[in-house]
Amino acid sequence: MSSIFQAVGAATSLSSSASFDTKKFQFSSSRSLLGKRASCVVVRCSGAKMDGGLNQIGGRADHLVTNAVATKADTPAASTASKPGHELLLFEALREGLEEEMERDARVCVMGEDVGHYGGSYKVTKGLAPKYGDLRVLDTPIAENSFTGMGIGAAMMGLRPIIEGMNMGFLLLAFNQISNNCGMLHYTSGGQFKIPVVIRGPGGVGRQLGAEHSQRLESYFQSIPGIQMVACSTPYNAKGLMKAAIRSDNPVILFEHVLLYNLKERIPDEEYVLNLEEAEMVRPGEHVTILTYSRMRYHVMQAAKTLVNKGYDPEVIDIRSLKPFDLHTIGNSIKKTHRVLIVEECMRTGGIGASLTAAITENFHDYLDAPIICLSSQDVPTPYAGTLEEWTVVQPPQIVAAVEQLCR
Amino acid sequence: MALWLAGTRGATYYTKTLMSNTFRSLRTRATAIASKDEGSFTKRQILSNRFVSRRFGSSVAGQQSDLFSSDDDEEKIQALDFPGGRVPYTLEMRFLPGSSDKRVECYRVLDDDGYPLSSAPSQHIDKEVAVKMYSGMVTLEAMDTVIYEAQRQGRISFYMTSFGEEAVNLGSAAALSPDDVVLPQYREPGVMLWRGFQLQEFVDQFFGNKNDLGKGRQMPTHYGSNKHNVLTVSAPLATQLPQAVGAAYSLKMQNKDACVVTYFGDGCSSEGDFHASLNFAAVLEVPIVYICRNNGWAISTPVTEQFRSDGIVVKGQAYGIPSIRVDGNDILAVYNAVVAAREMAISEQRPVLIEALTYRVGHHSTSDDSTKYRPLEEIEHWKTSRNPVSIFRKWVQRKGWWSDQQESEFRATIRKQVIHAVQVAEKTQKAPIETMFSDVYEKVPSNLMEQEKLLKETIKRYPQDFPKDVPIGM
Repeated sequence: MSSIFQAVGAATSLSSSASFDTKKFQFSSSRSLLGKRASCVVVRCSGAKMDGGLNQIGGRADHLVTNAVATKADTPAASTASKPGHELLLFEALREGLEEEMERDARVCVMGEDVGHYGGSYKVTKGLAPKYGDLRVLDTPIAENSFTGMGIGAAMMGLRPIIEGMNMGFLLLAFNQISNNCGMLHYTSGGQFKIPVVIRGPGGVGRQLGAEHSQRLESYFQSIPGIQMVACSTPYNAKGLMKAAIRSDNPVILFEHVLLYNLKERIPDEEYVLNLEEAEMVRPGEHVTILTYSRMRYHVMQAAKTLVNKGYDPEVIDIRSLKPFDLHTIGNSIKKTHRVLIVEECMRTGGIGASLTAAITENFHDYLDAPIICLSSQDVPTPYAGTLEEWTVVQPPQIVAAVEQLCR
Repeated sequence: MALWLAGTRGATYYTKTLMSNTFRSLRTRATAIASKDEGSFTKRQILSNRFVSRRFGSSVAGQQSDLFSSDDDEEKIQALDFPGGRVPYTLEMRFLPGSSDKRVECYRVLDDDGYPLSSAPSQHIDKEVAVKMYSGMVTLEAMDTVIYEAQRQGRISFYMTSFGEEAVNLGSAAALSPDDVVLPQYREPGVMLWRGFQLQEFVDQFFGNKNDLGKGRQMPTHYGSNKHNVLTVSAPLATQLPQAVGAAYSLKMQNKDACVVTYFGDGCSSEGDFHASLNFAAVLEVPIVYICRNNGWAISTPVTEQFRSDGIVVKGQAYGIPSIRVDGNDILAVYNAVVAAREMAISEQRPVLIEALTYRVGHHSTSDDSTKYRPLEEIEHWKTSRNPVSIFRKWVQRKGWWSDQQESEFRATIRKQVIHAVQVAEKTQKAPIETMFSDVYEKVPSNLMEQEKLLKETIKRYPQDFPKDVPIGM
């Protein structure tokens, strides 16, 4: 059941300072989760146990929660908790997750530009430096390759740093350290040194930020062996993924989106940690599987409203885990609907969608009734002008048209 | 002028922030009367000398005096209140020269014949340490010789020798404590040797067999050992420098009585990471010792084509880091400098830079033939008259701690040991197929398990197309 999902969180949170009975909690919250939000979490298992310690829990007990599809939420920002919970914005959720982990483990530290007293360019680390001191929330000079390298060196010596790139695009400067060292040193050292870093920052197309500040780095990083990539899209999964990433012993890149920081949602009061390799069922359906992540999830849900009015029943999955793909959830969905639409913000060439298309074709070819459609941005640098910028990003009408074409 | 605050606060503020932070060396020289340097240093020093004394002189009586009443041009020169400290103005437009006429001096203890130049060497070395240092140098030389030959015979694919740099290797290693974390570049196997890494372990790494700590995943000379506090070598240049700052930051957070020591070459100092790393270390105030092996060549690029500064030692000052230049072929000088640097780094929690002038006697690697781009006489000169091993041998033998007979015996024994290690390593099985897929992540994920299965199936089906000495497992 989805209780297993919750138990995953419980197992890892058992060691926290939570004094309540986690197991009991997770059950009740999962019930209301099903009732109100209908975003049931499928326990998938392709066997990938990348989080140390989750091996026995989120095991091979894979089954789709079918009775969760009864009520369909049409906005992603529906409330989730069994208890009242509390409302907050996405960047606050990230901060809450970060703060909880810093409280829990003294080895967790943050480094990046302006993260200390300035509180971070997007306020994710606001208030942490006064609380934990200058050393644990470290302001660095402007040299991305170097402070990423610094984080890697600190991680090899036992710390658990979170490296913040002010904008994902700047992490291109850190590519050397991320590819050649972050992803590799655990392997090349024969397992002697591990690199439990979290590299995070905002990316994606914003509002007229210009080409250099609108990069989709997930395309470039996806090939690097040794790293994991996740993308958050709601305050709920932002906090859960942040915590999971920090607890993971693998290097994890957490992709946030510039435009999603002010999303508001009610999240549970109790502690929870999500699974890094799981996709999220946003809206169960029958006719077509729409795979998306990050900001595009909202464009898809908007299109879904139109589609429902037109009589379609789309199944929307927020893939969340960009490396590795949650082929279990995705596969189950394809086996049900036989039609796939991928909606992404990456460029046409070499993006996440391209890899996902290949993975699906390889694994689920027999289940497809139609060729996979992948909607992506064009292969152009993102223009500054507002109208042009809007046209480089996939818009809901295009999604509706694609579904109609798929379901012909 | 009006910006000057009357009284001691102004003067001490100036000396503390400006002088102490940026011109430490100047301050010490300001008190010296005789100046040896030409150029801007002298003028500025005189100015600051008079400036300081004048300030102190006038501060006593000047509490309520009118600052504008001066009879000297110097008094009228104002200072700028700028973030980071006060900056004195000058009426003279003077460019800091790109370089000084005289190069930064090089610290040495022994001369080319192994005679101590000063009657009181700073650090006392006892017989045990000296013999360990010397035998370490000989071992390194022997290992390099045998393994280089082995590569030429086709037994391993690649190797990098450290000929000519034995003193930097062993001298620095001897000055460190086992808790000090080392981030090498690749030409410092002597540090591992000193710390107890065995010859067999080295050779296993070169052959990439199943006993290799790295499990056969890295090239020869890209070693690392958690147990010995030496972080695994990563091939791209200078990546270890920012990581060293991170490691030092971690030591600082844990309040450890240890420092980080990281090595790099002259060519590596051109990389961006070098500059950012020095800058970071200075700003974050972490305990780290940078040791630059300036060996004159970066593959075929001589230092004159690598940078135009006076070596690397002057770059430290640009970042606010105390630096020293030492004779890298004088093991005692290296030892002394590293001991002092380490002490400074840990007690003051700050970075220190050491530039060791030495020479790369061997080729850059087995893929290089350095006779193509440098004169044979140059190589010979450094090999014979400036050989760090012979220089120290003379010193050790004169002390009565070593003899010719010990020398020939030791060399013969060590050579046999290395050859034996090669023979053993050659016969040892390679790391099994599973190790190709493990340690990529903490636990092997499903896609890699699939790929492993596929690979094993392929090998089973076409065994003749795959190497025989790699155990396949189940």
